Amino acid sequence: MRIGIVCPYAWDVPGGVQFHVRDLAEHLIGRGHHVSVLAPADDGTPLPPYVVSAGRAVPVPYNGSVARLTFGFLSAARVRRWLREGGFDVLHVHEPASPSLSLLACNAADGPIVATFHTSNPRSRAMVAAYGVLQPQLEKIRARIAVSEYARRTLVEHLGGDAVVIPNGVDVGFFARAEPDPRWQGGTLGFVGRIGEPRKGLHVLLAALPAILAERPETRLIVAGRGDAEEAVEGLAPEVRERITFLGMVTDEEKARLLRSVDVYVAPNTGGESFGIILVEALSAGAPVLASDLEAFRQVLDGGTAGELFPVEDASALAEAAVRLLGDADRRAELRAAGERRVRRYDWSTVGADILAVYETVAEGEAAVREDERTARRGRAFGLGRD
Amino acid sequence: MSIWIWVVVVVVLFGLYLSWTAGRLDRLHARIDAARAALDAQLLRRAAVAQELATSQLLDPASSLVLTGAAHAARAAGQDDREVREVAESELSQALRAVFREREQLEALHELPGGDELAADLASAVRRVPMARRFHNDAVRAARAVRRQRLVRYLHLAGHAPFPMAFEMDDGAPPALDPDA
Repeated sequence: MRIGIVCPYAWDVPGGVQFHVRDLAEHLIGRGHHVSVLAPADDGTPLPPYVVSAGRAVPVPYNGSVARLTFGFLSAARVRRWLREGGFDVLHVHEPASPSLSLLACNAADGPIVATFHTSNPRSRAMVAAYGVLQPQLEKIRARIAVSEYARRTLVEHLGGDAVVIPNGVDVGFFARAEPDPRWQGGTLGFVGRIGEPRKGLHVLLAALPAILAERPETRLIVAGRGDAEEAVEGLAPEVRERITFLGMVTDEEKARLLRSVDVYVAPNTGGESFGIILVEALSAGAPVLASDLEAFRQVLDGGTAGELFPVEDASALAEAAVRLLGDADRRAELRAAGERRVRRYDWSTVGADILAVYETVAEGEAAVREDERTARRGRAFGLGRD
Repeated sequence: MSIWIWVVVVVVLFGLYLSWTAGRLDRLHARIDAARAALDAQLLRRAAVAQELATSQLLDPASSLVLTGAAHAARAAGQDDREVREVAESELSQALRAVFREREQLEALHELPGGDELAADLASAVRRVPMARRFHNDAVRAARAVRRQRLVRYLHLAGHAPFPMAFEMDDGAPPALDPDA
């Protein structure tokens, strides 16, 4: 199959959607399909052979924050040329409900179009106003994929219609095979995520730490992620501080080894998660997981059978659960086994087959993706169709 | 004099809007046709796999009989009467769930010669039917939203295309074949 994938966010900036697109493209290529990814990238950025640059992303204020997006006449022309030259059987756009490359691709193309909705912003007035502009573009999408039941429900609320749920994929074997590191073993709690970002919830875990150390003084906390470590531990007693190790930003290999080593992985997020890929990675590495009771997390943890949940932002509940888990090797082994069963659903072999099933369902008996004649005419009328 | 210029401008803009809306509806109807063909293909495929399982002698005679009956009824229902087909296809889902209610049945199938392939075909078919149905009903909803607009109704912009209907059925997969179960 010839597959065209559109990534709306800059390729050289790390992010969940970019990683998902990269892994999906590589998985599909591994299965013998032809894949081309169109993504924003600065000129001169080294790109893998399957990525085509759509030009650089510009920062614009959108929906309450500054987003780096690619849009405008020149980008639209590049999208058209990529579509024309690609001859794709199916076009897969990501996050099409934002002013980005994905929306341009929807506008320029006609035929078997698949879209994945990763996150959903809470319903805002701007979204409602945008509905009229978006609807004619979004109704060209033949198949919608939501990454979780939660993402699906918000999508249905905002835009109507329906979607199939296919979770993000994880290379389970990569995490399961990683070598544990003795430096991070022995009564350790693990945390991965940006340090200064309140929604990642490190402050909740740090608030719980004194109570955990009071019960189990040999406990250590290993934190991996960008951010100001000094600022994070401000106000903590020195004896608490010395039990924390900050690793800074880590590579994928180091992250896998960390998850393989810790006794309990803690995800104290306070919100804004539509999926929770890090939990799947932790489960793949065989780490018992203790996570806040967010809807997306509850789904990954199968309602609490594949990992333990505590009420969101409740540091004392976190401390109590962490102390119990650290002292109960049997329970940890039980969670490890449950996690191993659970992550099969998220392995790329399962997820990739599901996504291909969607492609085949919409592409079967259909002509290949083509340029939308109506919008192409409009582009030519304004002299914008050439580059 | 200048008022006539404005009248012409308004009429032209209105005409452009109508032509754009008619084009939009046209595309939505094409999308429904494609989605319906895809759903039809997936339903036929599922019935064919069920039939093949029933006649393969890999299942016990009682299970085979249940499957043959349901698969035959689903194929016989055809495309003409939507409601008859909805019932027949739902009954095939129920029959498949009854036959494969235990994981052991599926494991036993895997062990027999030729069973692996049939089990994979079945898993793929019961996964794709709900997908195709969701995509179809999503297309129907999008077309209905446009067709309900007053202007579209009064000016008959939809032409003679029949009002699109969703395909409602029980498409639950057997738990042993459902990756989310």
